[in-house]
Amino acid sequence: MGAHHHGPAKGLSRWLFTTNHKDIGTMYLWFSFSMFILGGAFAMITRAELFQPGMQLINPAFFNQMTTLHGLIMVFGAIMPSFVGLANWMIPMMIGAPDMALPRMNNWSFWILPPAFLILASTLFMEGGAPNFGWTFYAPLSTTYAPPSVTYFIFSIHVLGLSSIMGSINIIATVMNMRAPGMTYMKMPLFVWTWLITAFLLVAVMPVLAGAVTMMLMDIHFGTSFFSAAGGGDPVLFQHIFWFFGHPEVYIIILPAFGVVSQIIPAFARKPLFGYDSMVYATAAIAFLSFVVWAHHMYTVGMPVAGELFFMYATMLIAVPTGVKVFNWVTTMWRGSMTFETPMLFCIGFLVLFTIGGFTGLMLSIAPADFQYHDSYFVVAHFHYVMVAGAVFSMSAAVYYWLPKWCGRMYNEAMGKTHFWISFVGFNIAFFPQHFVGLAGMPRRIPDYALQFADFNMISSIGAFIYGASQILFLYNVVATIVAGKPTSDAKTWEGAEGLEWTVATPAPYHTFETPPQVR
Amino acid sequence: MLRVSSNPVVDTVVKLTSTAVVMFAFVFVVMVPLYDVLCDALGINGKTNGEAYTAVQAGVDESRTVTIQFVATNNEGMPWDFGPSVTMMKVHPGASNDTVFHARNPLPQAMVAQAIPSVSPARAAAYFHKTECFCFNQQPLDGDTSAEMPLQFIIDRELPGDIHTITLSYTIFDVTDMAKGAIAAR
Repeated sequence: MGAHHHGPAKGLSRWLFTTNHKDIGTMYLWFSFSMFILGGAFAMITRAELFQPGMQLINPAFFNQMTTLHGLIMVFGAIMPSFVGLANWMIPMMIGAPDMALPRMNNWSFWILPPAFLILASTLFMEGGAPNFGWTFYAPLSTTYAPPSVTYFIFSIHVLGLSSIMGSINIIATVMNMRAPGMTYMKMPLFVWTWLITAFLLVAVMPVLAGAVTMMLMDIHFGTSFFSAAGGGDPVLFQHIFWFFGHPEVYIIILPAFGVVSQIIPAFARKPLFGYDSMVYATAAIAFLSFVVWAHHMYTVGMPVAGELFFMYATMLIAVPTGVKVFNWVTTMWRGSMTFETPMLFCIGFLVLFTIGGFTGLMLSIAPADFQYHDSYFVVAHFHYVMVAGAVFSMSAAVYYWLPKWCGRMYNEAMGKTHFWISFVGFNIAFFPQHFVGLAGMPRRIPDYALQFADFNMISSIGAFIYGASQILFLYNVVATIVAGKPTSDAKTWEGAEGLEWTVATPAPYHTFETPPQVR
Repeated sequence: MLRVSSNPVVDTVVKLTSTAVVMFAFVFVVMVPLYDVLCDALGINGKTNGEAYTAVQAGVDESRTVTIQFVATNNEGMPWDFGPSVTMMKVHPGASNDTVFHARNPLPQAMVAQAIPSVSPARAAAYFHKTECFCFNQQPLDGDTSAEMPLQFIIDRELPGDIHTITLSYTIFDVTDMAKGAIAAR
């Protein structure tokens, strides 16, 4: 055994050829943060345009490209890879494994991702512009009426789908085969559980997305008519296929966030997680139900009443396991010895705001009422409450929670708390008014709006700028910690933290658990 | 559980990769045909059967009259003049009815069109039988010429009693480019 087994290789080749789960996790996290900044910049452009009614800064065609790329990059480039990065870093350490089960494939899963997004972003500079049909890319907007760059978009979806599937197979193979002796399924940390279920969802639905874009490709270039009415196809079929992928996809985004929150709340409430078993079953139930609710995204497409009723009831049913989770988190905090460090603040922010987003989701699930809400800003407000305050807040919590373990340095707590409060206030200023303009009838995906929406939109834009700026503070805090944070070597950064990852040295050595720990 | 390899990691990978491949195929070989079958069977989307109906001798129900309305729409960019010769007919269930749609290609070059039907209310679609329809095939028309396109249909005697009016709508699409490909392939 040479010395290279004890530490990373030097220089660029360390990152290019690494098979170390921590290196790959780090690359995923940095990549997703850079995509978060890029997607956020696109959102800032749309909010700047919407600051006042009328066309101010950009033309409608470019506005559509901005909303489309914002959605695609945030979903596929920022949120999903960030949780994959977290899974890479934490799952082997949480289950007592030396690395992921398939380290070379792990390297590939990451390295095909940046080219995919480079291709997607490069469409901005192509003739006809970037994709402009919304992140849901409904046919025929994305086929008959699409800009020529749609072919590059399809290719990038294929590649990032492949990356997700490879990453998921790796996670499942790791969790199923590499757990330390004594680490039974029902002893696994909840983050591992939620990721295991998420990975199964990904393996099941990313191929469906690949199928949908393949059909688009064939319709555009090879004369088929899957989605073209003239040739005997049906554009509505696209919506069914897309949302058969799309609804599980939103749980793919949120389930790992549930896992993170389930790790952090017990640590700062200094109590074990309340209802561990029910958390596992609720996660599985949500994943199962996600396959039978897709058409609630398309109530207004012209479905038979029986269909509307089925999808309405099935959707409402999801509130039950989700409610179980929220009650369990609240009960974990009940009479706990709580302290409010930055990770805990983000988790409580998550809990409050995600619950609001859950309730607006319940409102949207009511088929007859949805005819009013459909494609309005109410929907935009709803999914930003669950995506941003759900996934992004929990991701911020995770970074603050595990950063000291990763780099052996403590972040600046005051700056972290400032980041939280600016985020929390900015987020609500940005998105709460969107409920009101949505209910009042403002449609989504428009660069201009009727005058009565002007005040709320200005408030919304100001909030968005505040939220956006707070992320610069986050970046600064993280970089400052890595470069010059106060060194810490406590194995347990947090007094109440439990789990195998807190039994290894701080900072986490390049190789951990080369001999598996015994779990009792 | 079926084991495909003695190495448990390889076993997991093979199974999951197969699942992914099966799900990709599922979209093409299950979801698409299933959608068409369900639309046909349940009359969702107001789709009528795309093939000629073979009339069964069942007699005409003279006691009942159903109003049939005809609507024609040009899809975006379709320059033809296209419309029904009569906009409304009163028919008896079980009887065979004939009507024609007019089409004129005002452009100098030959074009090919495809008409796509839709029936409202959607649940009447399953009872609207066409024995002959211009919508079954693509319709070529030389430049600056007109044509009369026939439609022959029977309303099923089993049509639910609460349906008194059926609207048959045609949207006409320009499929000249698509047809060119088909001709070139021949």
